[in-house]
Amino acid sequence: MSSELLYSLTGLGLFAIGLLGIVVAGHVMRKILALNIMGIGIFMLLIAIAKQDGSFVDPVPHAMVLTGIVIAAAGTALALNLMVRLHRMSDPKQGKPK
Amino acid sequence: MTSLSSSLLLPIIVFLPLIAALVGFILSRNTFQGQLNVGFAFVQFLIVVLMTILFLDEQSYQSAVYQIGSWGAPLGIDLVVDGFSILMIGLTGLLTLILTIYGAAYYADDPKSLRFWPLWWLLIAGLNALFVSGDAFNIYVCLEIIGLSAAALVALQSTRASLEAALRYLLVGLLGSLFYLMAIAILYRSHGTLDLAQIAASSGNGLPDQVAMILITIGLLLKIALFPLHFWLPQAHANAPTPVSAILSALVVKASLYVLIKFWFEVLSGSTTFGASQVLGVLGGIAIVYGSWKAFRATQLKVLIAYSTVAQLGYIFLLFPLSEHAANTSSFSGSSFSGSSFSGSASQAAIYFIVAHACAKAAMFLSAGNLILSQGSGDIAQLKGIATREPLNVLIFTIAGVSLIGLPPSAGFIAKWLLLTTSIESGQWWWVLVVLSGGLLAAMYLFKILSLAFDNTLDDGAVQRQPKALSSKLLTSSALVLALITLALGFNAEFILNISNPPVGVSGI
Repeated sequence: MSSELLYSLTGLGLFAIGLLGIVVAGHVMRKILALNIMGIGIFMLLIAIAKQDGSFVDPVPHAMVLTGIVIAAAGTALALNLMVRLHRMSDPKQGKPK
Repeated sequence: MTSLSSSLLLPIIVFLPLIAALVGFILSRNTFQGQLNVGFAFVQFLIVVLMTILFLDEQSYQSAVYQIGSWGAPLGIDLVVDGFSILMIGLTGLLTLILTIYGAAYYADDPKSLRFWPLWWLLIAGLNALFVSGDAFNIYVCLEIIGLSAAALVALQSTRASLEAALRYLLVGLLGSLFYLMAIAILYRSHGTLDLAQIAASSGNGLPDQVAMILITIGLLLKIALFPLHFWLPQAHANAPTPVSAILSALVVKASLYVLIKFWFEVLSGSTTFGASQVLGVLGGIAIVYGSWKAFRATQLKVLIAYSTVAQLGYIFLLFPLSEHAANTSSFSGSSFSGSSFSGSASQAAIYFIVAHACAKAAMFLSAGNLILSQGSGDIAQLKGIATREPLNVLIFTIAGVSLIGLPPSAGFIAKWLLLTTSIESGQWWWVLVVLSGGLLAAMYLFKILSLAFDNTLDDGAVQRQPKALSSKLLTSSALVLALITLALGFNAEFILNISNPPVGVSGI
């Protein structure tokens, strides 16, 4: 098995695990984590695609991964912020978000 | 006269709202902030008008291409404008101007405006960039800019309901974008390029293209909120501030729809099938009936309008089965179309529907926002007899409603007429029943509001609220302008149809 195929399959596997997580997870935090796992799966696939030829490395997928990481960080930050604000709004004594 | 390709207008239309966002961020405590933002919106509108004139100036309505940094397609990113995108940019420019005027009045002397304006302009920058983008990955970035700023705008009210709606909206948007990104990775692997025109040139009916088309369709349907995936839309659109509700329903869902139409009919048209288009049509039909029913049952005015958006989006999805059939008949008459094409009467009907719905729904949200401001409550039951206090806003609501139902002489009438004639021409008469029953259902939920608004009988149990006068005349007049545009569109249908007719299609790319 070539390393490119191994990385591609791992990427697809992570994407599927993340997707399952979004559907199954009850807590918002788990949903946010699942989204990140899906994203990492795609990044892994892109990195594998960059080394398709073997002789040289294509920089375009690397640029896509870098941009994707920035976007994922921004999205995660916004989601966490909204989650924390909702958490503070729910009863502070219980300490459990709904 | 210079052509659109050689002028700098294409990059300017992306950069201007970005600069406005930065200025709004830096000068957040400026007292002239409202006027400043209206000024930006006005400049953007002028640029859009100039772009449209330059585009129409070229005889064949050819798509204009601007190469950023003169790098050219496989290395750099191209900005591309065709007939469909010039209409969407024009729509964005017009609605931005009116909604910015409304927003300036809505957020006058409100500390929330500090956060509103930068996000507002980021959203518009994302929309403009999306409509001129000719690059698959660039479209992903634009979708994320739109999704993040839209979710943050929904959360601006800071109520529990709006935060929950914003969080769900954000997560659904991120999930949809990830599906899209996965498809882009697959496309890049099999085509070695991200340029839409180059992908279209080398795309076929292979397995990677089909998988990519499925992923793109699922991801974008989540963002468009077609029937089973609509669960996030009513709360997000209903709990947002009024100008944001208007732009979400009028433009933001249409942006994802624009990308879907582009991929379905231009980029990956070889991998679409008749069965898949029928599925989209059936889901659209269910959305019409189900959305109208939920709108009829709604107890909050903005929720009613948001469900009406779910229903109206269903009509646009009739485009997919209708144009598929048109492509089949044209292949009988000798021309060699494979798959579906985005030309002819079905696409005209869909584009016209997008424009008509955007204006009518924005007018409706603005007038509803005024009624809620005046009444101090979003409950439909509290609207009783409001026509005597806010006659103009009820009139605006009625005009927008007439267009949504599809009665003449509104834009909605022309849009539905085009859909009806297309379904009969293509021999798919069953869609006629869907369109007609959708009109009846829309009449049901809108007349429910109107009969309450004109009901002047006092009942003793009701709490008598102290009606508030609207703080600014601009709130009503900007809504009125939108309602008049909706009527004017009904009389000037030819103009829109001419722009959208010849260039949009496989030949344009």
